[in-house]
Order: sequence, then C-alpha cells, then structure tokens
Amino acid sequence: MSGRSASVARGVAWRGLHTFFHNPTLVVPAVMFPLFFFTAFAGGLSGVSNVPGFDFPENYTTFQFVFVLLQASAFGGVFTGFAIARDFESGIGRRMMLAAPNRRAILGGYALVAVGRAVFVWIVLTAVALVAGMQVGGGPVDLFGLYGLALLINVAALMWAAGIALRFRSLQAGPLMQTPVFLIVFLAPVYVPFDLLAGWVKVVATVNPITPIVEAGRQFISGAPADSLLAYGAVLALLVVLGAWALRGRRRAETAG
Amino acid sequence: MSASTPVQVRAIAWRSLIRTARQPAQVVPAITFPLMLFAINAGGLDAAAGLRGFPAPDYLTFILAVPFIQAGIFAVAGVGADLARDIESGFLDRMALTPVSRTGLVSGQVAGTIALGVVQGVVFLSVGLAAGARLETGAAGALVLVALVVCIVFAFGLIGVTAAFRFGNGEAVQGLFPVLFVFLFLSTMGLPLDLLEKEWFQTVATYNPVSHMLDGIRSLFYGGWDGEALALAFAMTAGIVAVFLPLAIATLRQRVVRT
Repeated sequence: MSGRSASVARGVAWRGLHTFFHNPTLVVPAVMFPLFFFTAFAGGLSGVSNVPGFDFPENYTTFQFVFVLLQASAFGGVFTGFAIARDFESGIGRRMMLAAPNRRAILGGYALVAVGRAVFVWIVLTAVALVAGMQVGGGPVDLFGLYGLALLINVAALMWAAGIALRFRSLQAGPLMQTPVFLIVFLAPVYVPFDLLAGWVKVVATVNPITPIVEAGRQFISGAPADSLLAYGAVLALLVVLGAWALRGRRRAETAG
Repeated sequence: MSASTPVQVRAIAWRSLIRTARQPAQVVPAITFPLMLFAINAGGLDAAAGLRGFPAPDYLTFILAVPFIQAGIFAVAGVGADLARDIESGFLDRMALTPVSRTGLVSGQVAGTIALGVVQGVVFLSVGLAAGARLETGAAGALVLVALVVCIVFAFGLIGVTAAFRFGNGEAVQGLFPVLFVFLFLSTMGLPLDLLEKEWFQTVATYNPVSHMLDGIRSLFYGGWDGEALALAFAMTAGIVAVFLPLAIATLRQRVVRT
C-alpha cells in the first residue's frame, strides 16, 4: 500500500472510529448485545454440559465465550457495513470516492474501523467472561490463534456487508447484510459440540464454513488445537471470496457515480 | 363505558386490522423470525432432551412454546410503531378532537395486532405439529393455546401502546424490542427451572413472568392438563394488562393535554 493509500485508509478509519466511540447509540448495543448473549447462553444453558457425550474439557462459560466472541466479531463487521451504507446515504461516501487516489484504500479504512470496534468488544467481553468464571486452558499461542480467527471472521463479515452496502448504498439493505450472517453463525455448533448435533442442523453444520472455525476456537481456548489448519483455511477462503465480492461492489458504486 | 364505546372500538379496530393486513413488512417477519429461531434451537439443542429429569418427550416440543411468546414481543413493536406513526402524522390529535373514549381508542388500536396474534398462534402450532411435536391436550388444548396467545399479544401490545403514547416516535418504541428479548432469554426458555444450574439465573427466571407464560403453554403440550400452570400463565398476562391498560390511558391523557 503506498503512502497516499495508507493516508486515505487512516483517514477513513479515524473518522469511522471517532463516530463510533462518540455515539452512545452505536457503542452501547455493540457491547451490550454480545454480553447479553453471553449471559443468556452461559447462564441459562449451562446444564447442557451434563448431556452424555458433552466432552468439552473446560466449563460451559468457556464453551459459550468462544461462540459469542466469534459472533460479536462477525457482527462488528456487519455493523461497520451499516456505517458504509449510512455514509453513502449522506453523500460522504461519494465525496470520499472522488477524493481518494486509490479507492481500495477506503475499503481498507473501513476494515480498520471494523477491527477497532471488534477489539474494543473483545476487551469488555473477555474481562466479563473471566469475572464470570471462564477457564482458560490454552497458552498465549493458543489465545493468539483464537483471537486471530476472530479478527479474520470480523474482516470477512465486513467484506460481505460492504459488498451489499456498496451495491445498494442505502441502510434499507441492512437486513440483507445481517440476516445471512445471523443464519450462518447460528447454524454452527452453538450450544453443544458438533458430535451432539442432530437432524437437519447437523447436516447444515457439516457444510457450514463457520463450524470448523467455532470448533477450532474452542480447541484453542482449551489448549488442544487439532483442527486449526482447517479453520484458518475456511476463514481465509471466506476472506478471499468475500473480499472479491466487496471489490466488485466498489466498482458498482463507482459506476453508479 | 358509554353506549357508543363499542361502536368506537369497532371502527378503530377495523382500521387497525386493515392497516396490519396491508403491511407485509410487519406481518412476514413476525411469523418467519420466530419460526427460524425455533428451527435453529430445536436442532441445535436437541441433545438437551437427554438430560436427566428433562420433562418433555423431546426438545422440539419443549422449545415450541417460545415462538408464542415471541408473538407477544412482535406485538409490542408492531402496535407501538403503528401508533407512533399516528402520533407523528397528527392522526391522534385529530382523534382527540372527537368525542371518542380513551378506552376505545387504546383497545381498538391493539385489534390488528391481536388478529395477527391469532394467525401467528395457528401457524406456529401447525408448523410445530408438522415438525413432530405432540399436543397432548388435543383440540381443546389448541383452543386454550390460541386464547392464551391472544391474551399474551394483547398484554404485550399494551406495553407498545404505552411506549408509543409516552415517547411519540417509532424509533423509541422499536428500541423496546431488544429489551423484551432480555425477558425472554432470562427465562426458562432454554431449559426447565429445575435444570438451570446457575443459582442467580434460576432466581431471575423464577420471578420472570415470561417463565410462567412458557410453563402454561408447555403444560398444554405434555404432562396433561395442569390447571395451576395455566392459571399462572393467564394471571401473568392479566397482571400486565392491569398495569399497562391504566398506564396507557393515563399517558394518552397526558399526550392529549400536551398537544
């Protein structure tokens, strides 16, 4: 990335993060929703860990923390897509396209916004989970692997949402950004390990690229990574496909003027 | 209630019915979203039925109670948003100039949402039975279930009405939607009370009225007729009505005075 492109990305990122952190209506839901899911799942469903065959080595709080961390990361990307749509609705997006020498850098800037938002949520969520009794069996390298997955899923979800936002350039496309992400995330092994899934959900989870990511995340936190290559392969493949989708969306936005 | 109040309620209710029927964007998510969550949870938590002491024959039957409560939550957003639009467009101010009774105005506004509640109840029950759930109490149980759903929708709808009169804008009313989901998630939605391991969660779920509504609905599906569970479920909805109907009328009076 050239110096001018880096400057554009930094400018977009600063603006996006400034808007996020100075607007309680954006910050509060971004933090509250993951905490709420974490509380509801880890608190209300902990009895599920007594199901015969539930073989996760740490407690259920830890089991759910990984899912909520990855889910919050994905939604952090989606909500940054909302910000792109809002910028195009207000006309800022179009002005940025006119001003930037390399328009891909704008997308890079939004990626920095998505990552910044996600890191903020990770800090709060991890602190709350530790206070709530989360057990961490993995070492620093394992945790790096877990948060690395979360980071990549965050950017991949942003690319999906950005592709939609740049095509429609309106917040009305919001359900199109979040519903598929919601579905794909919740059709992974959310409440029990993959082996305990049954019926149509198991069939879908088998081919769902989020499944190896969630499973590997749980292996990382318990210190027994076994399927990390598959997980990183899945998330990188998502990133490549969705990145191409977002770049094509950028071209559509350019054509629309 | 004056002699003309039923006529007023009918007219306002008819308008509310037509308006709801003409808004697919309100009707479709209110039916599909709860079904989507039902399908995901029924499959994802199927193994929970293997827990010792799990009361239902399978998890699908257990979790089927949840969409009926979600019908109530959608009622808050639906009726509240419609009413807020009436306030924003000045319709309510024009109504206030007429001799229409406050009770009629409040009750009539909920009619469209109640009709939607009946549709939701029938659809959710049909889908649940088609998916393999069993309704042990039979046809009579189905009627009681729809009646309970109507009461739940009416009760929750009054919360939406109160919020609309209080805030006067749709965005604020929509903000209640996630708050009410908190009540659902902090209930016996996922597991029965006895199987909740965390003490604090069990305490919250015990005092959460939604848990009792869920228990009432579930009692119709398995375990045979349970008068106590049903009475508690109806009493909880009656309690919400007893609090929010006067509150809605009071906030309406304040709004009319303000405008």
